[in-house]
Amino acid sequence: MTARVGVVTFPGSLDDQDAVRAVSIAGGDAVSLWHGDANLHGVDAVVLPGGFSYGDYLRCGAIARFAPVMEKIIEAAREGMPVLGICNGFQILCESHLLPGALTRNDHLHFICRDQKLKIENNSSAWTRDYAVGQEIVAPLKNGEGGFVADDYTLDQLEAEGRVIARYLDLNPNGSRRDIAGICNEAGNVVGLMPHPEHAVEELTGPTTDGLGFFTSVLTSLLSGQAVNA
Amino acid sequence: MTVDTVGQAKESPVQEQPFKELGLKADEYERIKEILGRRPTSSELAMYSVMWSEHCSYKSSKVHLRQFGEKAPHSDALLVGIGENAGVVDIGHGWAVTFKVESHNHPSYVEPYQGAATGVGGIVRDIISMGARPVAVMDPLRFGDPHNPDTRRVLTGVVSGIGGYGNCLGLPNIGGEIVFDPSYQGNPLVNALCVGTMKHEDIHLAAASGVGNLVILYGARTGGDGIGGVSVLASETFDADGPAKRPSVQVGDPFMEKLLIECTLEVLHSGLVEGIQDLGGAGISCATSELASNGEGGMHVWLDRVLLRDHTLSPEEILMSESQERMCAVVLPDKVEEFLAVCKKWDVEAVVIGEVNASGRLTVDWHGEQIVDVPPRSVAHDGPVYERPYARPEWLDARQSDAPTAQRLARPTTAQDIRETLLRMVAAPNLAAKTWVTSQYDRYVMGNTVLAQPEDSGMIRVDEETGLGVAVSTDCNARFAALDPYRGAQLAFAESYRNVAVTGAVPLAVTNCLNFGSPEDPAVMWQFEQAVTGLADACLDMGTPVTGGNVSFYNQTADVAIHPTPVVGVLGVIDDVNRRTPMAWHEDGELIYLLGDTADELAGSEWAHEIHAHLGGLPPVLDLNKERTLAEILVAGSRDGMLSAAHDVSDGGVAQTLVEMALRADIGARVWVPDNLDAFVFLWSESATRAVVAVPRSEEMRFSAMCEARGFTSTRIGVVDSKIGQEHAVSGQALRIENVYGAEVTLALSDLREASEKTLPALFG
Repeated sequence: MTARVGVVTFPGSLDDQDAVRAVSIAGGDAVSLWHGDANLHGVDAVVLPGGFSYGDYLRCGAIARFAPVMEKIIEAAREGMPVLGICNGFQILCESHLLPGALTRNDHLHFICRDQKLKIENNSSAWTRDYAVGQEIVAPLKNGEGGFVADDYTLDQLEAEGRVIARYLDLNPNGSRRDIAGICNEAGNVVGLMPHPEHAVEELTGPTTDGLGFFTSVLTSLLSGQAVNA
Repeated sequence: MTVDTVGQAKESPVQEQPFKELGLKADEYERIKEILGRRPTSSELAMYSVMWSEHCSYKSSKVHLRQFGEKAPHSDALLVGIGENAGVVDIGHGWAVTFKVESHNHPSYVEPYQGAATGVGGIVRDIISMGARPVAVMDPLRFGDPHNPDTRRVLTGVVSGIGGYGNCLGLPNIGGEIVFDPSYQGNPLVNALCVGTMKHEDIHLAAASGVGNLVILYGARTGGDGIGGVSVLASETFDADGPAKRPSVQVGDPFMEKLLIECTLEVLHSGLVEGIQDLGGAGISCATSELASNGEGGMHVWLDRVLLRDHTLSPEEILMSESQERMCAVVLPDKVEEFLAVCKKWDVEAVVIGEVNASGRLTVDWHGEQIVDVPPRSVAHDGPVYERPYARPEWLDARQSDAPTAQRLARPTTAQDIRETLLRMVAAPNLAAKTWVTSQYDRYVMGNTVLAQPEDSGMIRVDEETGLGVAVSTDCNARFAALDPYRGAQLAFAESYRNVAVTGAVPLAVTNCLNFGSPEDPAVMWQFEQAVTGLADACLDMGTPVTGGNVSFYNQTADVAIHPTPVVGVLGVIDDVNRRTPMAWHEDGELIYLLGDTADELAGSEWAHEIHAHLGGLPPVLDLNKERTLAEILVAGSRDGMLSAAHDVSDGGVAQTLVEMALRADIGARVWVPDNLDAFVFLWSESATRAVVAVPRSEEMRFSAMCEARGFTSTRIGVVDSKIGQEHAVSGQALRIENVYGAEVTLALSDLREASEKTLPALFG
């Protein structure tokens, strides 16, 4: 038995097929979800993939959060369903207020695509169980608006509660405050991540296979019935 | 507003018309009148003027481009040849690939961001209109002097435009070129290549057949952008309340293009389309006349149905508008509803604008009045053809006899000189790391990128089940073409062919983007004729057909033309991408071999350009038979697991190749200059048909035997050695070159990396 992991396609989603592939390689059943269809089709977890949903008009993720499927996802996430937002998906989660803070234009003002070193800081979330705390991984990073910002109080709180999932190592590629690459909600079921673990699942096409752990973690979490660490 | 109708044109045969302002010659205007038997309406004049332009009609190049067809080698792989939006090549297992490169040079100089962005958009639509899913893009770019402030304006704009559009489309950018030369100062070259894949049964062509079938225009609304010369007509006709001057550079919307890709592939795969055509240069004029001309009948268009962004547009402007992200499809009447439903699903606007009929004419109505009535072929295919005079320029003899001999250009003569030259060359703008640019492009999206820059070719996995894939490279050393355009074009082809082969892929087909000065200058026309002949001869010899291409003329400022720049793209196929050969060597003990012969060939080289700003002599000799043998060795080496790395030798010679392999691996090596060669010539000569390979020790016998059996020179020049720095008091990894004028040169990879990586950020960051 395995878990069904939905991957949403918004108009302008680009890494949706890559997320589907990553779920399959991890051993899950990938289910494609459509932005206009307010139905989760019985999935156990959801990935919001990278891209430029709705052309990133207005603000990244600002329009996507109002998509019919998002109403259901927000509802399910509040009830504990694991949700991973990658890049544009992270932006959507922030716009949906499932995660605090916001993602802003890279401090150097250029789009950046690089193999990024990260340090995993939390392995109790639904998506990071298969990593060790302190583990160093490499995954592609590619964004134009990836600088994570929040007020000091929120940042202190995130750190105090161990909700920083991963930090940039060696080089902060976008001016993220406190080198934050990913965070989770209080319950640990909702994770937002700026780098792209779905592009680090095959030796052939990725810099490493380090990203696979995010996808195996959620399957482990679901099968053990511990999607939430609360 | 008043409209110039066909009726009026018949009634008022004598009327002043602004054909000159629209770029038509007097005899061309007379020919239009002859074809129509009357004066053209203003709408007809607008259509002919854009369709008979150099850009759309190839009127100066056609007589020479015929050679690509006449000399086409027999190839079982070619499914669709020259003439369609893009050629299609069979790569086996039911898969086909289409690829094409196009120029967007002039718009990119005027407005670098939008010019480059819409260049990507245009070539992507060419690929989807063949029925293929675009899977990768590449951008061969040429800029002026890197230290000229205007180069910064153009380069930064072009790079953000390519990234801004391509990244948002979700297409990996897997390669291309960035070359600097003062000859491009006022004429940068922005070429864009796209590769698409499809199953054989999904191939579609641009033709409107089937009387009663409907013509649907879908995608973005039509606006006033990219109208160019046609605004002359508008202001002539409606100066009182008509629109003012229109910007002639188009503005792109990659989000709409992404929706257009998905929507188009869905209607094609659902069997809802009889014929399809993208809208690029010349907009609706081009799409309707080409569709009608390729079909067997005629077509009628209700132009007032076109959805507009700006309701003040005149019919002439609507016909000419180059608004981006639009497509035209021919659909059976009973499939229209289903077609429109797919468009709605993707939030793409669509409207039926015309109908295929048996009239043999292309007719256009504007609110019930007929404004166009022409034979479609006369617009789309039977434009003027010029036999432009051409002549070998007188100055060429002086240039060719100015060879870069040791007497003429000072060469390094000691190990210390070599060391300094090496550090200077790796930092030269043309050789330095291009990471500052390529890191602004997404190379990972779609998850099938096997190789991307700085590798020799971009490689994409086509079929996840079998590992079937394609490799693509684009190349051109324009300095070689400036010295001898015939051989220069062949050398560009040979380099591209080799770059595909070093990855282990078998070269299959060729595309090209021929960038030249003014065809009205006999010297430029001679360069063009020579380059086309050289390329056609080489393709015939090597059995790789030209599947399509693009010509860009008038790349010159006042009397000074750019270096002739025939950019050649080669596509190859590899049965299993898991067996590709990367450029980085792997581990200690691997043996480094130089394949091919090195002669004292520095004319047109990067060394002569960078160190002495010299251009003279004759370009390197090319033997295509040897080039073929080298490719066979590289492909066999990959297939049989005899190679752990391979890298082409071209710009910057063996020195540059070794530095790039070491830096990519971050593993050092010990190399020695062969006894029969001068150290400088060994390191910086740009003799053709060479590659450096790394061979595992266990494969050395087999590999050497294979080279020997094929009569191809292979010389052991070094060994991979991660300890070499340590042994010679250099911290970290190092590259050590021995037998250099009785001494050695040892350089830390960290120093080489710093030299290579700092150049572009310092210039443009």
